[in-house]
Amino acid sequence: MLKIEANWIDLRYLDALSNQNTFIHRLNPCVKLLATLSFILAVTSFSKYEITGLFPFFLFPFVLLSLGNLPTAPMLKRLLIVAPFVLFIGIFNPLFDHTPVLKLGSVVISGGWISFFSITIRLCLTITAALILVATTGIDAIGSALLRIGVPKIIVIQLLFMYRYLHVLAEEFIRTVTAYSLRSFAGEGVQFRAWGSLLGQLLIRSIDRANRIYQSMLCRGFDGEVRLRRTSTLTSTDIGFLACWLVFFLLVRCFNVPELLGKLLVGVN
Amino acid sequence: MHMADALISPAVGGAMWAASAGIAAYAAKKVQNDLDDRKIPLMGVLGAFVFAAQMINFTIPGTGSSGHLGGGLLLAILLGPQAAFLTIASILTIQALFFADGGILALGCNIFNMGFLTCFVAYPLIYKPLTGNNPSQGRLFLGSILAAVIGLQFGAFAVVLETLFSGISELPFTTFVLLMQPIHLAIGLVEGLVIAAVVLFIKKEAPEILQKTAAGQPFGAISIKKVVIALFIATLFTGGALSWFASSNPDGLEWSIAGVTGEDELKAPEGIHGFFAELQEKTAFLPDYNFNKSNEPAAASTEQEKSSWPSVDKGTSFAGIVGSLLTLALAFSIGKGLRRLSRG
Repeated sequence: MLKIEANWIDLRYLDALSNQNTFIHRLNPCVKLLATLSFILAVTSFSKYEITGLFPFFLFPFVLLSLGNLPTAPMLKRLLIVAPFVLFIGIFNPLFDHTPVLKLGSVVISGGWISFFSITIRLCLTITAALILVATTGIDAIGSALLRIGVPKIIVIQLLFMYRYLHVLAEEFIRTVTAYSLRSFAGEGVQFRAWGSLLGQLLIRSIDRANRIYQSMLCRGFDGEVRLRRTSTLTSTDIGFLACWLVFFLLVRCFNVPELLGKLLVGVN
Repeated sequence: MHMADALISPAVGGAMWAASAGIAAYAAKKVQNDLDDRKIPLMGVLGAFVFAAQMINFTIPGTGSSGHLGGGLLLAILLGPQAAFLTIASILTIQALFFADGGILALGCNIFNMGFLTCFVAYPLIYKPLTGNNPSQGRLFLGSILAAVIGLQFGAFAVVLETLFSGISELPFTTFVLLMQPIHLAIGLVEGLVIAAVVLFIKKEAPEILQKTAAGQPFGAISIKKVVIALFIATLFTGGALSWFASSNPDGLEWSIAGVTGEDELKAPEGIHGFFAELQEKTAFLPDYNFNKSNEPAAASTEQEKSSWPSVDKGTSFAGIVGSLLTLALAFSIGKGLRRLSRG
């Protein structure tokens, strides 16, 4: 029962983080969106046995976490919540792929374990990148970025509207569920007999609320057109930021930096 | 059910992004052409409703576990498929961004699996015909459950296919299908029961809500023809992109070719093919442990680096480990240093 409340608190927390004023937060949202997208593309484009080549990509989340003044713990917590589902699929790799590929001392490591480890690294990288994007940009700015890259307006409006009322409804649902669990002895979860009435009542209330919102929009002169404020100009800093990261991603995608570095240190050719 | 970026390849992710974006553009156009302004707040609030309702646990009788509401079908019943598709897409976007539930690259897959397959397949082809315009309680019940179960089965199967085509997971097709479909049969049944409970309650308490959508009032009736066309285009696009991917990464294929012809690789033709082979080699296989091979002529197959992978010598792998640790330490300390700088 606490799940809904915990999720909602996480949401508020990310919102609060995105209201900071740092170098990263001030960047143009389009630039951050594009950098994150190309980061994810570069990370996922590696072959499934790649491990070493993925490590340089950790620079991106590390730099953004520190320049954006973001705390690491909540990001790691989110990662831990999401990880089991992915690793559940990934853990089958060692079971099916026994090709020996690596020998460390006397231990032979199979291709399955290598690809499993690779999946874990990808997971860490892609998930933190997505969370960092939101924590440094905020939903309004992401909406304007989406609009600018050509997403239909109705979709952006839907996204923003939903996000706005998510907070309102989440509060209401938490109250309802709390009231329900205070009056029931079963503990966790809503009992079968109440499924329809509890959710149905909430649904009717939500639709009523939507109608009230529509009425009040009309009262304020709504003419069928939602006007979104588009701010944020593209400065040379933004372009520099994007260019630097794109070059970096391209370089570490094409050259295995850890391997070069290791060879240099160990002296193997 | 939410796919993550870690398990999919850019080719599959990109193809599904394109497919979902195409459907979304179509749905957006349909909804925008509708003259009813009321839908703007209604879609937003119902999206929030589904989002919040999915966090509520519903205890399954007789078991200790709990299930959740399946959002796509309920939205399609309340809003009609186009508006429901956009709403589900926005829910999945927020989930991907704020909760890291499903990846950004995988968002296209997720919107297709949970949005398209429920709103444009399960709803019009199963729920609609079963319930009709003035449905009885039994029909509503049956329609909700069947549509939820079958929609989710399609979705689970799509997850299997997308994961398989991405080639990151080693799970064989049959094992994966046997793993996914029964689990989602159970989940779909519970989701269907929750939807049926809500729909029956609404029919009793506020029947006008259902009547409006059944008569296609706020959002217009859907035309099956257009759905079929959209489906066809999406299939074509996905199929094309996927086969492109499959031919660029022919692990099993190459192996069987070697078996048939007795040669390790087929000679790729010169010209545009050779150019792409070279390009691919440059972009995809340079980091594969052995740099020097990329200087070979363009006619060489793209896959040879990959087949050389298992024969990695010890020196290289040791160097790889040392280098990786060093890189990680470097990345971390750059981050730390920047934090200190920005604070100082």
